[in-house]
Amino acid sequence: MKRRVELKNTQREIYYFRLRLVLSLGFVLVMLFTLLARFVYLQVVKHGHYQTMAENNRISVVPIVPNRGLILDRNGVVLAHNYSGYTLEITPSKAGDLEATIDRLAQLVEIQPKHRKRFRKLLAESHNFETLPIRNRLSDEEVARFAAQSYRFTGVEIKARLFREYPYNEQTSHLIGYIGRINESDIQQLDENETAANYRGSDYIGKTGIEQSYESELHGTTGIEQVEVDTGGRGVRVLSRTPPKSGNNLVLTLDARLQEIAEQAFGNYRGALVAIDPSNGEVLAFVSRPGYDPNLFIDGIDEDSWNELNNSPDVPLNNRALRGQYPLGSTIKPFMALAGLYYNKRSPSHTISDPGYYTLPGSSHQYRDWKKGGHGSVDLFKSIVVSCDTYYYGLATELGIDNMFNFLSQFGFGKKTGIDLEGEVAGLLPSQEWKQKRYKEKWYGGDTVSAGIGQGYNLVTPMQLAFATAVLANDGVGYRPHLVRQVQHSGSNEAPVPEAKPEFTVALNPEHLALVKRAMVAVTQPGGTAAQAGAGAPYAFAGKTGTAQVVAMKQGEKYDASLLSERNRDHAWFIAFAPADKPKIALAVLAENGGHGGSTAAPIARKVLDYYLLGKVPKPLPTVNAAEETEDD
Amino acid sequence: MIKQSLWPRLRKRFILHLDPVLLAALGLLILTGLVVLYSATDGNWSRVLAQVVNILVAFACLWLVANIPLHYLMRTALPMYVFGMLLLIGVALFGEVSHGARRWLNLGVATIQPSELMKIAVPLMMAWYFEKHEATLTLKNYFVAALLLLLPVALIARQPDLGTAVLISASGFYVLFLAGLSWRVMGVLLAAALGSAPVLWSMLHDYQRHRIMMLLDPTQDALGKGYHTIQGMIAVGSGGVLGKGYLSGTQTHLDFLPERTTDFIFAVYSEEFGLLGNLILLGMYLFIIGRGFIITANASTYFTRLMAGSITLTFFTYAFVNMGMVSGILPVVGVPLPLVSYGGTSMVTLLLGFGMLMSIHTHKKLVQT
Repeated sequence: MKRRVELKNTQREIYYFRLRLVLSLGFVLVMLFTLLARFVYLQVVKHGHYQTMAENNRISVVPIVPNRGLILDRNGVVLAHNYSGYTLEITPSKAGDLEATIDRLAQLVEIQPKHRKRFRKLLAESHNFETLPIRNRLSDEEVARFAAQSYRFTGVEIKARLFREYPYNEQTSHLIGYIGRINESDIQQLDENETAANYRGSDYIGKTGIEQSYESELHGTTGIEQVEVDTGGRGVRVLSRTPPKSGNNLVLTLDARLQEIAEQAFGNYRGALVAIDPSNGEVLAFVSRPGYDPNLFIDGIDEDSWNELNNSPDVPLNNRALRGQYPLGSTIKPFMALAGLYYNKRSPSHTISDPGYYTLPGSSHQYRDWKKGGHGSVDLFKSIVVSCDTYYYGLATELGIDNMFNFLSQFGFGKKTGIDLEGEVAGLLPSQEWKQKRYKEKWYGGDTVSAGIGQGYNLVTPMQLAFATAVLANDGVGYRPHLVRQVQHSGSNEAPVPEAKPEFTVALNPEHLALVKRAMVAVTQPGGTAAQAGAGAPYAFAGKTGTAQVVAMKQGEKYDASLLSERNRDHAWFIAFAPADKPKIALAVLAENGGHGGSTAAPIARKVLDYYLLGKVPKPLPTVNAAEETEDD
Repeated sequence: MIKQSLWPRLRKRFILHLDPVLLAALGLLILTGLVVLYSATDGNWSRVLAQVVNILVAFACLWLVANIPLHYLMRTALPMYVFGMLLLIGVALFGEVSHGARRWLNLGVATIQPSELMKIAVPLMMAWYFEKHEATLTLKNYFVAALLLLLPVALIARQPDLGTAVLISASGFYVLFLAGLSWRVMGVLLAAALGSAPVLWSMLHDYQRHRIMMLLDPTQDALGKGYHTIQGMIAVGSGGVLGKGYLSGTQTHLDFLPERTTDFIFAVYSEEFGLLGNLILLGMYLFIIGRGFIITANASTYFTRLMAGSITLTFFTYAFVNMGMVSGILPVVGVPLPLVSYGGTSMVTLLLGFGMLMSIHTHKKLVQT
């Protein structure tokens, strides 16, 4: 009985279900019929209209690429600009036999093997219907010659275009960076930021440096022109036009002349220099040597130049100032001294007796001072002036790594400075926790000893060390370092300089600061480690030398530069700020394999300070290196 | 002896649970898709090959699902739904933003888009729920089922992913409809929706209204989304009755058509094969939908009827929404042309659905004989 009822129910249910299914089918048919009607409307009724739009009188939306913003230094010197020129471009899909076409073109304009190579590379990366440049920067004569013969070439045309140029070449390469042709991964990036529409028609995008970091400011807004186009793709008339908006000009904090002088001061040394105005974080000079010619990259670098740059042992493509990580050596000492005073582990008058080495309690291992036999009786002031290692071995042990970490990280060690360039690295300020994580090993007393003189695990970038120096120079008040001073919006000439706001303040006792600063001034005076470089400076020149080991010395072995190959010699550091009582500039210099900070890095700093504070231009060629002439070709 | 028994054994193992009619129709449509893709990519074999790989993977999924007996399938409904909801909540909290929308969840090993999973999980869950309460259905049950639908849809619409939200809403609505939601309730809901529209409209911000207007009038955004619609309509319209011929679409090959391998691939097809081609394509879709209806009508349980009906109607919705947006009668929401557009995820989701249809069809037969 019960079963029969259920059966009946099910049948009724199925009946209703099928009814609804039939209704659904009806719905589907109606909707598909609607689509069909739409197709008939588009493809039969309005076919003529769309046919015309597609074939004869295609209204095409033509993007008008905006002019890229200029990059200027703080005094208005142009560091990146655009100039108009002619380029010979091929549309592969229209040109037919490409090799034959290029061969025939070669009879009219100069086409070198490297141009062909680059064209093939672009072809491999491109879509079929793009036009690709075979030659840039045609001379007027070449333009005229091709124009007369252009009827012989289908799919080849001369285009007037704006080219980017970096007049300072190598000198600003790591800072300004370069633009290059938009590639597959750039397109993905643009899609993700939903900015692809604004890049319709653009061929270039910032790849490194300021050009990359400030791409959104520099690019501008693409304009639109609705054009009636005939079958051949030639514009017949303009229907409407929304003009493009040029990219914004960037005024940098950089002083181009200072940059140039800093570059030259390096002579043949590889290395980096960053100079900052401590009162507001403006970066005045940003050098990484060697540089490269950024102009080579704009239209795709040719293979030979690329291999040369990429395989050079000098790694010119490496941005040392931003991404080079080195032990900071004795330049840590002023900061360590402040830590010792802060934690009450040292008083200004506390004196140690330096036998030339330090041993941990209960150990025989000798941590040697750089000076054999030691510095005798040393107080805090003297420990900075003569760069006494023994003093800081003991101080580090008493402070302990935790205090060191906490204190030093306030100055930005182990952290990115937040400069407005992409790709900055954080360096390394070691801590117990870090070592446990990285090496699965506990922190040893010996680790603290070497950390006390900036060796061991410590790593800094020149950018970081310059920043830390600026914070010290500015009495603990830190401003975020930045390279762009003003953004000049297109159309308006003046842009306010945004007022710098301090990012943080390190709590320091003014007396402690005054003592350490006085000691740093004494570094550049007779008896100090940079006395030679400081000789005759008419301003209060505060500095500290440092040496970063490249090869570790064995116990009892003596460092002798002459015995080591050039690449294994120590890196030379120098940090400085001046005038010491009211600093206008703070900097860090690194000379790779330069040996002593006092003899190689400090003179570079002196030249930079002399120019910046006194307007003094060094004599044409410093005597550091005789091979300088090769730089100027 | 062994030779003789080999074929039946192979048959039983590999093809017993496949529906040859549906399989042939799917194959034909997918093949058409590859032919169009070759044209849309300007003859880029590597893209076509990548799609072939997608297809093979998707067919493997189809075969696997087709071989799963239905009571196993039913058992996956709840865990799959709960898992999917957790992932959606995860996306809302920790999702990765891309293209201005938060749709992806980075699991460390891979990035996944949970809304895809929900395309299957939501109707499955709802069908399972109705099956469980089959004997005692009241209005309350419909309300709960609607809630099961609205929760994930709200999360997905917030990402925002309008296309997927529309498709899932449709698939869930179909389950409600086929489960017998009374006409009166549907009438009231419709009236409420129409009645509240002007009120909602007056509550919107100006920019939101502007956005909606932009969807309705594409010429207002000629470089962005509107550009797609305009160029799509030109491609379809200029195709005429017979089309411009394979590989000869000017819109396609002169770079006027954006997204021509994915959401706008129908424009490529339509331009090159014309109205005649469109008729054939509509015919293929109609045939597959019809076969789906037959399977649905013959399904043996409440659960399978609802599931099969929802899968079939959702497939139709996919096709309708895509062709509608390319030909300019619907706003542009990101929905691919089913089984034709380039892309692995939608191919897998769709063929998973068809695998279920086949399982529903063939496992029933086994029960009956």
